[in-house]
Amino acid sequence: MTEYLFSVHHDYSKPLFDPSFDVDAMMRDTAAFNERAQKAGIYVFAGGLEAPDTATTVTVREGETLTTDGPFAEARERIGGFWVLKLPDLDTALDWAAEASAACRGPVEVRPFQGV
Amino acid sequence: MGADARSSIAATFRESSGKAVATLVRVLGSIDAAEEAVQDAFVRALETWERDGIPASPAAWIVTTAKNRAIDVVRRESTRDQRHQGRARMVGDDGTTPDPASAVAERLDEPVEDDQLRLIFTCCHPALGMEARVALTLRLIAGLETRDIARAFLVPETTMAQRLTRAKRKIAAANIPYRVPEREDLPPRLASALAVLYLVFNEGYAGTTDATRPDLAAEAIRLTRALHALLPEPEVAGLLALMLLTESRRPARFTPDGSIVLLADQDRTQWDAGLADEGRRLVLECVRRGQPGQYQVQAAIAAVHADAVRFEDTDWPQIVTLYDQLFALTPTAVVELNRAVAVAEVRGPAAALGIVDGLPLERYHLWHATRGELLSRLGRSADARVAFATAAELTDNPAERDLLLGRAAT
Repeated sequence: MTEYLFSVHHDYSKPLFDPSFDVDAMMRDTAAFNERAQKAGIYVFAGGLEAPDTATTVTVREGETLTTDGPFAEARERIGGFWVLKLPDLDTALDWAAEASAACRGPVEVRPFQGV
Repeated sequence: MGADARSSIAATFRESSGKAVATLVRVLGSIDAAEEAVQDAFVRALETWERDGIPASPAAWIVTTAKNRAIDVVRRESTRDQRHQGRARMVGDDGTTPDPASAVAERLDEPVEDDQLRLIFTCCHPALGMEARVALTLRLIAGLETRDIARAFLVPETTMAQRLTRAKRKIAAANIPYRVPEREDLPPRLASALAVLYLVFNEGYAGTTDATRPDLAAEAIRLTRALHALLPEPEVAGLLALMLLTESRRPARFTPDGSIVLLADQDRTQWDAGLADEGRRLVLECVRRGQPGQYQVQAAIAAVHADAVRFEDTDWPQIVTLYDQLFALTPTAVVELNRAVAVAEVRGPAAALGIVDGLPLERYHLWHATRGELLSRLGRSADARVAFATAAELTDNPAERDLLLGRAAT
């Protein structure tokens, strides 16, 4: 079994959704996906994140703590939400990722966690 | 040992290493460990065969030696400590990871055919980039050295080594499974494998930078033949037929000094009748099965050419019809360009030029070369020369460039 991070990336330089976008339907589908993952016994954790401008970056260098307002590096694309799912192999992960992408209406990046 | 003996050992090794690697990946659960065991067997072959002579069945010797080596490795690792238990191991058909040493010997004796398919589908997994798929296929299945693959694709050896390392790391870390895809997943996965084999063949038939690389074309045919024996799907037969029919023309494609001879001017008595017949038989088999695909239709087009004793005998209307069918399957501008060449023979160069001029292929040297040929037939010599000169600029294949520059100068 391998744990995979399913991350959903948004371009935060543009409005997240255009006015005609059905946010409620997306939320419903995503909740349904979470329920399916939980029933299948593969669900480890999931969550949506607040906007990147709510982030704070902390760096310790030579014993000094530097605290910076904002995300680590300038980038338009940022993680908006994610799942951690435990699955037998990449083929299975890619099948679940297709369902996740359809539910959340965005591209889903599948990335394995390091083995313990 | 003489250089000849060494090179014959190397050739034998290449033919059997893919099979040995395929089985050992399943048993050891690691591509690196499998490669290492097979490499060890090769070193032992050089030593032993120098002393005792080459055995009656060298391929079987290499597989057995590599297997014994693998059993040693597994035994050593499992007795040393338990640390390796948590290490990432590839997942097999049953969703389990490979057993420790006790069961290894048993697993080694399972049929190797499925292992070869597993290896092909893993190397050609769509989660890997096309370059990585080609590199893995040539390294692990065809058994080519990293430096030879690097030379074929004109990158430094270190770049190719990094590409292979990265691909193998992704297979292990992302847990790409070692199994033959299920029925419903098979068509797209098979398409990916066939695309890799066809790319290797094309690089061998007319290289990006070398005039031709017969060794790569031969490897592609060997691998496709093996895939066809294991998985006789219509498109696999189609691709094999296409390769055989195309390859059959090789003896007539170049003059002794290395210049290209165009299809119209080739001495067809030099074509390899054996390869052509095998290709034709496969095409007929495909037609009977009635599940056409892009490779089968391309093979059918090649078969129509093979059937023509002289260029003038070519059944061009039949070729246009087949290109219509191919375009319905894969509607690309390159297919339209090739179709236009056949249209020129049926309806004349003006009609063909009308099609060609509308295609968005300004960066493709054969678009300019085709325009040059059509313009020249229409008596527009000045325009034709410009087209041939532009085509020459856009290709790095030396034989093609010479041909195009020659035509630009007339």
